[in-house]
Amino acid sequence: MFNETVLKTIFGRLSFESFPIHEPILIATFLGVVVIGLGIVGAITKYKLWGYLWTEWFTSVDHKKIGIMYIILGIIMLLRGFADAIMMRAQQAVSFGANEGYLNAHHYDQIFTAHGTIMIFFVAIPLVVGIINYVMPLQIGARDVAFPFLNNFSFWLTVAGAGLVMVSLFVGEFSRGGWLNYVPVANLQNSPDTGPDYYLWALQIAGIGTTLSGINMVVTIIKMRAPGMTMMKLPVFCWTALCSNVLVIAIFPVLTAAFAMLMLDRYVGTNFFTNDLGGNPMMYWNLVWIWGHPEVYVLILPIFGIYSEVTSTFTGKRLFGYSSMVYATVVITILSYLVWLHHFFTMGSGASVNSFFGIATMVISIPTGAKIFNWLFTMYRGQIRFELPMQWVVAFMLTFVVGGMTGVMLAIPPADFVLHNSLFLVAHFHNVIIGGVVFGLFAGIDYWFPKAFGFKLDPFWGRIHFWGWVIGYWVAWTPMYVAGLMGVTRRLRHLDDATLQPLFIIAAIGVAIIAIGIAAFVIQIVVSIINRDKLRVGDDPWNGRTLEWATSSPPPAYNFAFTPVVHDLDAWHDMKERGHQRPTGGYMPIHMPRNTGAGVILSGLAAVLGFAMVWYIWWLAAVSFVAMIGYGIAHTFNYNRDYHISAEEVAETERKNALAGA
Amino acid sequence: MTSHSPTVEEANGTAGADAAPPLFYQTEADHHDHSSGGTMLGFWIYLMSDALIFATLFATYGVLSTSYAGGPAPSQIFDLSLVALNTAMLLISSITCGMAMIAMEQGNVRGTQLWLAITGLFGAAFIGIELYEFAELIHEGATPMRSAFLSGFFTLVGTHGLHVFSGLIWIVVMVIQLGQRGLIIENRRRLMCLSMFWHLLDVVWIGVFTFVYLLGVLR
Amino acid sequence: MSAPRPYANSHDRGQGHGPGHGPRDADGHRDAPPPDGGHGHGSRRGYVIGFLLSAVLTAIPFWLVMTGAIASVQTTAIIVVALAFVQIIVHTFFFLHLNPRAEGGWTLLAFIFTVIIIAIVIAGSLWIMFHLNSNMMPMDGMGM
Repeated sequence: MFNETVLKTIFGRLSFESFPIHEPILIATFLGVVVIGLGIVGAITKYKLWGYLWTEWFTSVDHKKIGIMYIILGIIMLLRGFADAIMMRAQQAVSFGANEGYLNAHHYDQIFTAHGTIMIFFVAIPLVVGIINYVMPLQIGARDVAFPFLNNFSFWLTVAGAGLVMVSLFVGEFSRGGWLNYVPVANLQNSPDTGPDYYLWALQIAGIGTTLSGINMVVTIIKMRAPGMTMMKLPVFCWTALCSNVLVIAIFPVLTAAFAMLMLDRYVGTNFFTNDLGGNPMMYWNLVWIWGHPEVYVLILPIFGIYSEVTSTFTGKRLFGYSSMVYATVVITILSYLVWLHHFFTMGSGASVNSFFGIATMVISIPTGAKIFNWLFTMYRGQIRFELPMQWVVAFMLTFVVGGMTGVMLAIPPADFVLHNSLFLVAHFHNVIIGGVVFGLFAGIDYWFPKAFGFKLDPFWGRIHFWGWVIGYWVAWTPMYVAGLMGVTRRLRHLDDATLQPLFIIAAIGVAIIAIGIAAFVIQIVVSIINRDKLRVGDDPWNGRTLEWATSSPPPAYNFAFTPVVHDLDAWHDMKERGHQRPTGGYMPIHMPRNTGAGVILSGLAAVLGFAMVWYIWWLAAVSFVAMIGYGIAHTFNYNRDYHISAEEVAETERKNALAGA
Repeated sequence: MTSHSPTVEEANGTAGADAAPPLFYQTEADHHDHSSGGTMLGFWIYLMSDALIFATLFATYGVLSTSYAGGPAPSQIFDLSLVALNTAMLLISSITCGMAMIAMEQGNVRGTQLWLAITGLFGAAFIGIELYEFAELIHEGATPMRSAFLSGFFTLVGTHGLHVFSGLIWIVVMVIQLGQRGLIIENRRRLMCLSMFWHLLDVVWIGVFTFVYLLGVLR
Repeated sequence: MSAPRPYANSHDRGQGHGPGHGPRDADGHRDAPPPDGGHGHGSRRGYVIGFLLSAVLTAIPFWLVMTGAIASVQTTAIIVVALAFVQIIVHTFFFLHLNPRAEGGWTLLAFIFTVIIIAIVIAGSLWIMFHLNSNMMPMDGMGM
């Protein structure tokens, strides 16, 4: 008795039963993770890389390194999220009639929840934020972002959130409430387990990181543009990054508050979203979708920016309709905040509410369509070079238009009453997210990789990567459109009607083709690193048009030895046209922010806090919380946060880079 | 300097005497380093995001404000004279906070510290009264768990209180840092952020006493 | 000291600065301009006026509600809400020193944007949630 109380005090509700030793799939996964993890740790220790990683990367406040770390995080989590996708497709392909498949309902529900959560919060957001982080300051001719430490801190908060989701795989369980952790499933009485708590703490921590990063990026774009770069000379990618981050600031607080109230429901026993004592579960849906709909624009807007940069570069032309592109982006930003109800037309609102939100949704297709035409007109009579990034653009335009049109179908309230929560809807958002966001991310990675590392990605494996994704997407999701129209709802573990099975088998084949694409992506990176000397290119391999190509590839820590002065929209193109020469003398010392471990430490404490709260280990939660606040305050007593790179060092770096780039 | 490697003047074309091509590089020392110029704007944007958290709580309170679930209604539990006293505390603290800013403008370290401390005292009084009110309510059985209306009420008002409490901690830290380093530029910047934070809490409180307390009692 | 000054006064880099012209900050401004790019701090007078206005705008609604001076609840409610909005504007102007010049207008723009978003969140949520049961079968004692 005494023993039990002590154990409860020390470990909360964490016990031996919390470890899923009865799930063979999880055990195998766990062993795999342990082996790979030990291998990586061993290799880092053997080659004595810990110190290097700590001083050069983990504590770095350099926006370029933080951007790369975000992208690495996104790619790792993509593998996890995709593993979930394969499991779902495999289950649905076999689970017909008498065959129950290989996943029980309890496990299957966690998988579809984890898949959606990871893909949006820990794949799409880190990849988009990573590319913005890397490229945007270079494009505006800045030396870093406005708040370099905050940038590092935001990144590590995202890692802490991702870490909590990963821990839930092996300790306890994850939510079964769908990717937005819907109530009433996620209420305490229906899910007394740790699942929704893992979800809430992981996303709360990561969400704060994303909000802070949004503030950082907006201030950077507003305050740190190169002289002469007026808002209407801002590269399109930066415009889209600005609008996307404005949306982040406008929506994440709503999500934070909604999650906080659900936490109160679960921990304190309040009645916001409960079924009794006046609580209202639909209010949770309302709030998460106020966040949720603009969120897809947070992801897609910067991707539209990437497509614009790529199209303009690889057709050798100025972007068609720059100002219409800017206005379309701003209009989408505002409209995206007026459509959230279309995610729950079937709640049963009156005609006035449903028609308002239906029409507002359809209106968004107008500025989006304008963008498609702008890209087409940019390509028209251009000298198109079908390098990898440009291939992704073409694939995007063909794929995304279909997704956009099915979206307009879903925006019609009466049609939505038929299609709501069907596989048609699921096919629609995979169509726009894979065909829009994912293709664009790969276009961006292929396009800016030589900027970041000085060598191109291998084109052969790049093409396999490309075709794997494009063909795989269509094979996997076309049958899902069909199944959805025939009435199959989403999140089903088992179907009785065996005549539908061929559709799901085709979809499983599609996901296998995508798997080839993903494998080719990883191989492409490895092969490119091995062959980096053969693939090495100059500072400006694509004949770029914007300022990021005006410095060496990879850029020095300070980005630009001299801040560029901008005269034209395509500033670098303008400089090349007018025969500019890069200066090789007259350097001045450069003022830089100092690296700091505070971001890692604070985020580590946040992760511990989250874990302790999930398992009701109150003493640990209290300790980590107090430590976090105390350390944060102590950090403000450090006023020594910057240093200067001497003129001689700048001269030396520039000389070396000039040799390498030549 | 060899003739083949252009200096920054030559790259800009300012070394030659004839027709001036456009400048491509900024030649003077960079004035635009990170982190200094953006802080006030960044903090302002943070405050806007904080305001959105409150907006969400207000919206939820609005939706749930009549969901009494058989429990007490606002007019039965709100004591307006207590709220009026509390509002006065916060209002006075905002003018003393303004006085701290004026002392800072005059370069008066002691004055700034003193006015900050006074601001903190009024803030602490506000928190004390609020805690007393909450304790009374809970004692009467009007707990946050009793009904959705009370959940919304405690969360909205409590979140505001939590912000004021964070402000108090910030004031203490600020007074110490002023004592250590005086009104250096970093501390002035922090003071201005603190003042904006404090005044935003006033604005939120206007919403609270109007929509929660006054309209609640009227209903 | 040849090194550039840390935390030098900053200004909006893109706007209005053509290359080689436009007024630049002269050196030696180390302490004079505040590092906020033009946030006002208000004068003692400004704070006092703001405080007095605010006190009045607080006192009236409390008085109206506590004494029930106006018989109609609806009229009282409208006046109370209107005074709250006036008071919010007073606070933003006299205490938060919001003005169109600060930070090249970006703070004002951010404020207006936020006000719109807040209005959408609150009004939208109320509108939607009060429509919750529109298409449901009528029951007794609806509205929890």
